[in-house]
Amino acid sequence: MPRHTLSVLVEDTPGVLARVASLFSRRGFNIESLAVGPTEVPQISRMTIVVNAEGAPLEQVTKQLNKLINVLKIVELDPDASVQREILLVKVKADLETRSHILETVQLFRAKVVDVSPDAVTIEATGNGEKLAALLRILEPFGIKELVKSGVVAVARGAKSISDRSVRLADRSAS
Amino acid sequence: MGEQSTGAPISGAQSLVLALEAAGVTDVFGIPGGAVLPLYDPLLDSKVRHILVRHEQGAGHAAEGFAAATGRVGVCVATSGPGATNLVTPIADAAMDSVPMVAITGQVPSGAIGTDAFQEADIRGITMPITKHNYLVTNPDDIPRVMAEAFHLASTGRPGPVLVDVSKDALQAMTTFDWPTSIDLPGYHPVTKPHAKQVRDAAAMIIAAKAPVLYVGGGVIRAGASAALRRLADITGIPVVTTLMARGAFPDSHPQHLGMPGMHGSVAAVGALQKSDLLITLGARFDDRVTGKLSTFAPNAAVIHADIDPAEIGKNRYADIPIVGDVAEVIPELVIALEGEYAAGKSGDYAAWWVLLNRMRETYPIGYEPPDDGSLSPQYVIERLGIISGPDAIYAAGVGQHQMWAAQFIGYERPNSWLNSGGLGTMGYAVPAAMGAKVGCPDKTVWAVDGDGCFQMTNQELVTCAINDIPIKVALINNSSLGMVRQWQTLFYNSRYSNTDLHSHRVPDFVKLADAYGCHGLRCESPEDVDTTIEKAMGMNDAPVVIDFVVHRDAMVWPMVAAGASNDEILVARAMAPDWGSDD
Repeated sequence: MPRHTLSVLVEDTPGVLARVASLFSRRGFNIESLAVGPTEVPQISRMTIVVNAEGAPLEQVTKQLNKLINVLKIVELDPDASVQREILLVKVKADLETRSHILETVQLFRAKVVDVSPDAVTIEATGNGEKLAALLRILEPFGIKELVKSGVVAVARGAKSISDRSVRLADRSAS
Repeated sequence: MGEQSTGAPISGAQSLVLALEAAGVTDVFGIPGGAVLPLYDPLLDSKVRHILVRHEQGAGHAAEGFAAATGRVGVCVATSGPGATNLVTPIADAAMDSVPMVAITGQVPSGAIGTDAFQEADIRGITMPITKHNYLVTNPDDIPRVMAEAFHLASTGRPGPVLVDVSKDALQAMTTFDWPTSIDLPGYHPVTKPHAKQVRDAAAMIIAAKAPVLYVGGGVIRAGASAALRRLADITGIPVVTTLMARGAFPDSHPQHLGMPGMHGSVAAVGALQKSDLLITLGARFDDRVTGKLSTFAPNAAVIHADIDPAEIGKNRYADIPIVGDVAEVIPELVIALEGEYAAGKSGDYAAWWVLLNRMRETYPIGYEPPDDGSLSPQYVIERLGIISGPDAIYAAGVGQHQMWAAQFIGYERPNSWLNSGGLGTMGYAVPAAMGAKVGCPDKTVWAVDGDGCFQMTNQELVTCAINDIPIKVALINNSSLGMVRQWQTLFYNSRYSNTDLHSHRVPDFVKLADAYGCHGLRCESPEDVDTTIEKAMGMNDAPVVIDFVVHRDAMVWPMVAAGASNDEILVARAMAPDWGSDD
């Protein structure tokens, strides 16, 4: 099933994450990743949701999502016309013998080491899914002790902002 | 209308009561309890009538019945925990059938929320998937805004239930009341006006069609678009089918009306959809009980789909012409567009289509065979009830065989006269819904057409009716069985009747039960007594009446399209398929 990235602007009210997440689940969708955080407007949060779905079911779930009162706007981001990034923190086994190999890999991927201990290093990397997958493939033989990903955040390329109109509306309601 | 604002400090509970008055609420149904108790104190001084029900489910269905009969928002009230969870079924019911409803629940004090406090249930979380929207209010200053939004959301766009959960401390704390003059919901903008080009394209398609059908759903009733629909049907001459939710949206006596489509629809209505080349879908949602097996539904038809909810369009069936809008605006626009086409000398030709439809209608009318043993036929009882009580009465049904017969054999002439649980299929809907309808329309005769299974789920509300002078009438179609389930066991489980015999010919004695509840109880067991019993009940208006119609238990609902089967496999009786004719 094709992968889709949805940017969803929501009112920052209690329960809004539960409303969105449960809607996907009860309409039979698995969310691959969901990242949520504040935007340039205080009362508006932005969710980036990655789902695997065919076109017609995706349209249906988007319409259902639009019916949630706290959802302001939904835009599907085309991977070719957007910047999509994910942050990865990975703790890799490292002793005196392997550490230099690991550090080489870190440099190659423009990642960075954020913590070092006698037996392990923790690496931070940012990128799209493919880059992070490639990094992990190379780190794997050293032994991955712990791995955490942020989920994708994404923004469309170009000068236009998806929040223009919604922000105006929300500003009006706040004043 | 109540006061629009008060400068003086009042309690959150007083503010909530003022909000109900400002919203124009006249009647609410509910039961008090610990968390909601502060609300009940100022309610005592309000002109809002509170009807004390016997179970919160009854409050919810009564609010639904009130709303469905009047077109206004129905209101129910319950306390936290079990009071609130007892509202879950009617809330889900209202969501499925697009009933405008506001449910108000008390919640434990905000400091106790999340601690598993006594009578605590996360009703906002529980009802998220079954409400149009819901709120948890812990700040009393939010009460007027939230209540105004709740009534606005419930009654506009696609109507539906809205739950407002208010913590006890918010009801007790002091606040001021200021009823908002405007509603500001940045994420809520229902589109009511149809796109002009879509309407023009639809008109052209209607003119070009050879076999069009007006496929009318409950949205036409909720939108108050029956008169507009009548005009559309009259100027086009196109046949009309009304779904279970749309019974009454178009007069049954109208010659273009082919009846109800669906699992128990008429052959003509089901056949019309199957043979159609154009479905003009108005406020309907291609429910599985209408379409049967979706892939074989109306295989040759193009689809015009008008609905206020964009998510319904294309959900189950691709729409060639999607029209997002309120059918009360779409239909008149369509009429204007069609009149333009007619003025330009174009017109539709449906003569051959009507020949086929009339043949189906004449060959396979809705009917039934009276039982051989002279016992009472349930269809006959319901047919006579419709004739004697007439189209001005309101009929609320439960769910099952009696519901289907009431949809088939009563002639509906006006919208809001047929109330039932179509989407959720809630047994027990009839008695409380009839109660709510009678409160909303005290001058109308209100019948609950109920089964003995359904009746035993919610009949405690007869007490509420008796005590509060709400003289509903109950036609109990007592076949001593869970009749529809029994019918499926007959047809699909080799007549192995597992747990469908209710033994209600003996226990309970429904006449005694009615008497114990302060109602009149009548019994009718033979065809010759049917008319006189109904007439006797019609004359009893000092208290509710229950007629125990003891009917034949083997009667089945026909026609029938088995669940999951194609509409083409409709049977007019057991193992009897209609002859579709050799037109194709």
